[in-house]
Amino acid sequence: MPKTTKILIAGFGGQGILFSGKALAYTGLKNDMEVSWLPSYGPEMRGGTANCSITVSDTPIGSPIVDKPDILIAMNKPSLEKYFYETEKGGYIVYDSSLIITQATRDDVITIGIPATKLASDNGLDGLANMIIMGKTIKETNVFSLDQVKNSLSQMVPAKKAELLEKNIKAIELGYNY
Amino acid sequence: MAEKVLMKGNEALAEGAIQAGCRHYFGYPITPQTEVAAYMAKRMPKIGGTFLQAESEVAAINMVIGTASCGYRAMTSSSSPGISLKSEGISYMAGCELPALIVNVERGGPGLGGIQPSQSDYFQATKGGGHGDYKLIVLAPASVQEMYSMAFKGFDLADKYRVPCMILADGTMGQMMEPVELIEGEVKKYDKPWATTGTATHEGRNIINSLSLSPAQLEQWNKNRYDRYKIIEENEVMFEEFMMDDADYCIVAFGIAARVSKNAIMTLRNKGIKVGMIRPITLWPFPKQALINASKKVKAFLSVELNMGQMIDDVKLAINCSKPVYFCGRTGGVIMSPDEVIKSIEDIEKGVAQEW
Repeated sequence: MPKTTKILIAGFGGQGILFSGKALAYTGLKNDMEVSWLPSYGPEMRGGTANCSITVSDTPIGSPIVDKPDILIAMNKPSLEKYFYETEKGGYIVYDSSLIITQATRDDVITIGIPATKLASDNGLDGLANMIIMGKTIKETNVFSLDQVKNSLSQMVPAKKAELLEKNIKAIELGYNY
Repeated sequence: MAEKVLMKGNEALAEGAIQAGCRHYFGYPITPQTEVAAYMAKRMPKIGGTFLQAESEVAAINMVIGTASCGYRAMTSSSSPGISLKSEGISYMAGCELPALIVNVERGGPGLGGIQPSQSDYFQATKGGGHGDYKLIVLAPASVQEMYSMAFKGFDLADKYRVPCMILADGTMGQMMEPVELIEGEVKKYDKPWATTGTATHEGRNIINSLSLSPAQLEQWNKNRYDRYKIIEENEVMFEEFMMDDADYCIVAFGIAARVSKNAIMTLRNKGIKVGMIRPITLWPFPKQALINASKKVKAFLSVELNMGQMIDDVKLAINCSKPVYFCGRTGGVIMSPDEVIKSIEDIEKGVAQEW
């Protein structure tokens, strides 16, 4: 039975949406899976909405566009509202509960709130809420193991930016263990 | 096997062009193809090549004309409105019989349009965007790997037949990242005795020109070129057949529309509806014979495009309207969902779809 996971990460521009998506796609690549990564692009680099579609699969990928995610990572309220009911049955919705207050419920998906932005500022990891929420996501969904993500990230970040790598891994672990 | 790397389509295309021996790139920024230029700006100085951001699209295409005239592999890239600006130069290149690679990473139009993906320049690319009797070889990649390999193919075909070649991609192909194997393709060298390389290297003067005030001579030039187009049509058609063996319905789609259609086909097959796809890889020459062969087996065709219906004309012409042809399309930068393609096929099967 072929296994395909469609992931949608959505939030404001500047939250690192595209980077965390790239980290997931890269992890898939390094683990011999088929992957695609498709960003929203255009005049929305900072402040506007940004999202990116990631598909990881053990068979060749058809459309790279994710409109009905198996895993939704929502980092602002408009994104959660837009994709809440689009998420596939049996899927996961992970959202930043320090930025989003929601009463919306579904009993056919697993909904997980994590105060990623607050955790980031409390731990000197400003700007890394994206990696904190990703850590939580991989823990809950098992799409990748913690080691798989850490390994791929260390190959993705150039050696001269070792300090950044350390912070990113710290953020992922913080989310993973939350 | 080379190691796979994660690259954007625009970057893979630029790297492919460099690997194919292109050392001269002239461009002007426009979303969603700017990464082609950015990649060239980074790489060309390191390998002794030329990256030049021209003052306009018109200037860039004329720089390509100059470089191609000297026998070098030259390219330019843009997106829809920019390609319209380059169209005069492209017509001149066709007239001058100059090989070069032109890349169009399409966005929605007409006019300035939007910046989201589109396939609405199909007519412009395949029927001639500029004036006069001419054709471009038009390649339509449907993956980042093909963005890379089409650059090779494009330069090769251009040199082989002395025609400008266009890669017709769209915003998703340019912006998406997928694993790419940077295969070292074969770079064929073609003799270019016509190139303006100086009288030290060839007898007499070589003149690159599209002007002829003698109708008889101009007619002959055009006829000669069309003889070559005929050879291209006979030898260079490329397409992919997907699940066509037992298909009752044939989807015809290229680029991102073909990727969306593949999802739809898998779902429809699970529902017991036998659907297949013919994906043209060369939009010109169009895979007519493949469609004719399919028309003997299938009940109907569905053309899936990101426009208001352009390639569908070629589908109907290819099969001489021998089977019903239906259309599923979105425009303006909207991409259809697999569900919309599924509904189109189901409507055809129920007999409630309207023929084009």
